[in-house]
Amino acid sequence: MSEVVKKKKYDLDRRDMPKQPPEVRRFNFDEVALGYTPELAVEEAKRCIQCKRPTCIGNCPVEINIPGFLNRVADGDFAGGIRILKEKNCLPAICGRVCPQEEQCEKTCIFRKKGGQIAIGRVERFLADWEAQQGELEMPELPRKTGYKVAIVGGGPSGLTVAGDLIKMGHEVTVFEALHKMGGVLVYGIPEFRLPKVIVNREVEYLQMLGVELVTDFVVGRTRTIDSLLDEYDAVFVGSGAGLPWFMDIPGENLNGVYSANEYLTRLNLMKGFLFPKYHTPVKRHRKVAVVGGGNVAMDCARSALRLGAESRIVYRRSREELPARLEEIENAEEEGVIFDFLTLPLRYIGDENGWVKAMECQKMELGEPDASGRRRPVPIEGSETIYEVDAVVCAIGNSPNPLIGATTPGLIIGKKGNIEANEETGATSREKIWAGGDVVTGAATVILAMGAGRIAARSIHEYLTSNGSA
Amino acid sequence: MFRVIANQMIVPNVHLITLRAPAVAREAKPGQFVILRAEEEGERIPLSLSDWDAASGTVTVVFLNIGSTTSRLASLQAGVDIPTVVGPLGNATDIEKYGTVMCICGCYGIGSIYRIAKALKEVGNRVITIMEARSSYLFYWEERLSSVCDEVIQITRDGTRGYRGHVHKLPDILKDLDEPVDRIIVNGCTFLLKRVADVTRSSGIKTMVSLNPIMIDGTGMCGVCRVTVGSTTRFACVHGPDFDAHEVDWEELLQRRKTYMAEEVVPLRTSRCEERHFQMQEQSRE
Repeated sequence: MSEVVKKKKYDLDRRDMPKQPPEVRRFNFDEVALGYTPELAVEEAKRCIQCKRPTCIGNCPVEINIPGFLNRVADGDFAGGIRILKEKNCLPAICGRVCPQEEQCEKTCIFRKKGGQIAIGRVERFLADWEAQQGELEMPELPRKTGYKVAIVGGGPSGLTVAGDLIKMGHEVTVFEALHKMGGVLVYGIPEFRLPKVIVNREVEYLQMLGVELVTDFVVGRTRTIDSLLDEYDAVFVGSGAGLPWFMDIPGENLNGVYSANEYLTRLNLMKGFLFPKYHTPVKRHRKVAVVGGGNVAMDCARSALRLGAESRIVYRRSREELPARLEEIENAEEEGVIFDFLTLPLRYIGDENGWVKAMECQKMELGEPDASGRRRPVPIEGSETIYEVDAVVCAIGNSPNPLIGATTPGLIIGKKGNIEANEETGATSREKIWAGGDVVTGAATVILAMGAGRIAARSIHEYLTSNGSA
Repeated sequence: MFRVIANQMIVPNVHLITLRAPAVAREAKPGQFVILRAEEEGERIPLSLSDWDAASGTVTVVFLNIGSTTSRLASLQAGVDIPTVVGPLGNATDIEKYGTVMCICGCYGIGSIYRIAKALKEVGNRVITIMEARSSYLFYWEERLSSVCDEVIQITRDGTRGYRGHVHKLPDILKDLDEPVDRIIVNGCTFLLKRVADVTRSSGIKTMVSLNPIMIDGTGMCGVCRVTVGSTTRFACVHGPDFDAHEVDWEELLQRRKTYMAEEVVPLRTSRCEERHFQMQEQSRE
């Protein structure tokens, strides 16, 4: 730091992270980004000028002491860095990879105006991977057991965060997951090439080492209701996610070859269909795949289709500027050869004689006045209908919360969009002893926001359990 | 892990497997199903529950050995563990006092209709069950069904027992009965369900079918099980599996079920043999 002050010249050269070249990676499911070397991580961390009043921390949903860990890395003290990181974030290897840092911590970095914002996410990722390479994980000291038991519904990002926080506060924690693997969207949704599953498993194993009980193949709402869990547990956190896929309700959506993004990605990721037939869940090898939507999930689908050998295109009704996906993912997709059809809206899918989709009719759009989301509203251009040949369509236009919990938990107030209503500051729901957070409350959002909600709920649950309000 | 307690072929190609799954057994209701995986690399497949016992913590399913997962399942010996048995999934069949209820079943549906018929009888319905098969040697659980039904009628395609033909005989059977039927419930393959829907459509008798589309998670997440019912798209796993037979788009359902027909047997054909090949190579190297 003193050196920087002396020179009065800031290093604005944001260090690139090595990646697999596009022409190689588009044919494999291995991770695209290869991560910083220790040298690159130190160089990048040294660029941080350790602001007196850092703006990055407040923009992190889990309030990581960012200058703190960067400072340790700058000194080459990686063990110290990871310790600071893990005080607030129990899933750093995951957040370092999938957080939209450009919208959060890196957005307010004072170097951003000049395009030299510190690559906080990349350093975070480096630290987590460095720790994993050391073999032994450092175990935090756990407080004495309080004797309180908390059940967590859903083993995704919010649930795992609550589990990690509460176990470190001395409570007994059990996580119930409907699928056969912990991780929620991290294992069924986000592809291997963006988030290798060994990393998710590593984080889950860490929680297990801390003493969190993990129960898979257990659908709360079916296998047991929340009220039945409350006979045994002192509190319940619901983090069941946004798992109900939306369709556009246009003709031909139930043709064979038309998938929800959830189905397409689950077959590939959770069920490892890209290794078919070694893994038995079948995946079709299509020739021309159209992915409808413009978010991160749409990018994941289009890039997966490409890796399975298809010509892959994104069909999006607005323009490139409005794409909700992370810029990094858009650029990756473009480099790999995904075709983008902007200002294009599917009208119907056309089937062949055997009920398989063979074409889609689309309409061209132009941008009109801004709508409620602040983005310019797409307006159809009359007479611009065109027919594309496709043999598969993936509908990646969003998800709403799974209705199972609401339908089986009397007294739990459900909002208009099917979301569980919860207090933003505490995660408390309309029912005593029940908290909720993540996508089931907000609708489909990001991993880190779900983790942030988990952190808030864990704090509130802890307060409830340790105050007189508890049983 | 979920232990196989018993596994046997009860009639040619139809298997009955009993698994230890206490959490499922405790909550199971007639008409619900489970999703299971027979091995770590395996596919998730939905199977209707045929029986369960909360006291012993076991569930029983009857299945047809038809693809790679069911073939693997059929080969499992008592005492081994399988990685996934999750449930009970789907909504239970509506059990009310309707009057006279006709339960129609074939193939694995003979197994899954048993607890439905039993529950219907227990709430005071008169229960008439129709069992359908290609030939009499494919019938099983006749005594069990007889014990919970007022009457059991059989149809065989080759005429070796009961009525000869298929469910198109249903109008004849209904005519032969000296009482009106208030509700029909059908369990079995999609072909049977559709045939029953066709022949009862004009009768005005409410006909409920338990649908069996492709599923992955069984909790509403993947949407592969979508079916058109009364011109709206429904997910069989969370909105069903029971639907009004006369509102189902059968052509679409039959087509969607065929999506992976070519792939379903591939793991059976290739990976196992290749595995064996490489095993042998390795052994010879040693």
